[in-house]
Amino acid sequence: MKTQSETNIIKTERTGPVLFSTYKRGEGIKKAVKQKREDILFELKDSGLKGRGGAGFPTSTKWMLTAAAKADKKFIVCNADEGEPGTFKDRVLLMEYPALVFEGMVIGGYTVGAKVGIVYLRAEYEYMLEQLENYLSNMREDNLLGEGILGTDFSFDISIRLGSGAYVCGEETALIESLEGNRGEPRNRPPFPVNTGYMGYPTSVNNVETLAAVPHIITKGGSWFKKHGTDKSTGSKLFSVSGDCENPGVYELPWGITIKELLEIVGAKNTKAVQVGGASGVCIPKTQFDRKLGYEDVPTGGSIIVFNESRDMLHVLKNFMEFFVEESCGQCTPCRIGNVKLLEGINMIERGDFTFKYINTLKELGKTMQVASKCGLGQSSPNSFISILENFKDEIFHTSGNNGLNGKAGK
Amino acid sequence: MLVVEKNALSEEIESYVLKFGKDRSSLLPVLQAIQKKHSYVSDFAQQEVARLLDIHPVEVFSVISFYSFLHSKPTGRNIVRLCQTISCDMANKNKIVQAIEREIGIKFGETTKDNRITLEYTNCVGMCDQGPAMIINDRVYTKLDPEKAVNILNEIK
Repeated sequence: MKTQSETNIIKTERTGPVLFSTYKRGEGIKKAVKQKREDILFELKDSGLKGRGGAGFPTSTKWMLTAAAKADKKFIVCNADEGEPGTFKDRVLLMEYPALVFEGMVIGGYTVGAKVGIVYLRAEYEYMLEQLENYLSNMREDNLLGEGILGTDFSFDISIRLGSGAYVCGEETALIESLEGNRGEPRNRPPFPVNTGYMGYPTSVNNVETLAAVPHIITKGGSWFKKHGTDKSTGSKLFSVSGDCENPGVYELPWGITIKELLEIVGAKNTKAVQVGGASGVCIPKTQFDRKLGYEDVPTGGSIIVFNESRDMLHVLKNFMEFFVEESCGQCTPCRIGNVKLLEGINMIERGDFTFKYINTLKELGKTMQVASKCGLGQSSPNSFISILENFKDEIFHTSGNNGLNGKAGK
Repeated sequence: MLVVEKNALSEEIESYVLKFGKDRSSLLPVLQAIQKKHSYVSDFAQQEVARLLDIHPVEVFSVISFYSFLHSKPTGRNIVRLCQTISCDMANKNKIVQAIEREIGIKFGETTKDNRITLEYTNCVGMCDQGPAMIINDRVYTKLDPEKAVNILNEIK
């Protein structure tokens, strides 16, 4: 058996404005424990940091609510269950920048008054476990973790829990259910986890990338962070780029960059469309490549999948819908049955056995799912169905010749 | 199942419960440990877990059936999970599928007769920039081509 360091993952020297800028291990915690909690919250609020998982909830508000909740126990949970197709930024952060993520958790614990941090690591990343556990032991030796961190009376420790292969567990309440030993079925919200989370205690669930930004903000200041990006989308974003381009990988770029600029950086040619935000995101056609990536225009958790002219968009859509049919937790009806119906519709189009009337009904069903589903999975799964059928009408319905260029390579 | 085997399994599960805590929140870690060692969680194991954690056996089964990495039916010693999601699909995943099925002689979803390999599809494994990718047990293999994939499978014991 090979050791972890020998796993065949390509590592590159990374540079970037915020997350990949230089950082000295332990610096963030050192500075944070000398500050008052209010000052940390103020700094975060000033930075305008928003949740990087895709939903974009302001991190300072989340922490403030958790800090304000009255309870004898609180938790910080790091959501490392990135399952969105085309997303792999957390893999890079955890493998190459564990300091940022774990120190972000410690600072979070100090700020909200939690003593326990839990990393929910997806089962597919089990190969990282040993390396991460070793890193945590090192932090304990250096007194960055454990009892009385850096000589203060603040104690905090982190444990890692593995998932077991369920996309829906990336939803924060489903993740908490899974941690409690249940099926990963999302809960009704409210109550929100900031009040009633893990084991009923106030819990702040943050994305890996969000936590990784915190030590930088603490050491370099909120106004420094704000200098990058746009007014409403401050800082930078890690984009996980895959598909038809010369240099796929993780890129740190400021918010507000246009899709066109991004495509140039990654070396994409003859691009027909870009799927932004993974399977649950939207498909942007060539005509809209000057749109900006950011919370104000095209929000995203960072997944960018590039399709060149040779790709069959119906096949792409089918792949996405198969994904959702498999990953729906089955708890609420719009999502459980809706996704199956949408997939059936795609199969009909593929066979050429459909009516436009029925396809329009399915689009309506999609819109119903967007409002009626219980969690983000069912609310966003029709996005690609609606946007691909709308934006690639010509290719899918009008010209039959283009179909099959990619050989119907599905299954 | 022999009584001796049953006793051994009970003891093993007891040790997991001791390690992770006698609490509902230990359910997943306990099941994961059993899955890892036996490549599935048998009916008897499920009952033992339920007894030790003081929950109903059907709760244990419902959790196993929910998660794709837990099995309630026997699988091969090595579980091969090939990523079927879009980026790997576009990187010619299908060529890998054909090569593996030809070489190993079983279809995806099946287990070899000698119990060496179970073939499964899985959704995005987070290796989209280095696809096609597969996970065997807890190791990840990237940038596969048909020959490389087949060689890896032939090597595992």
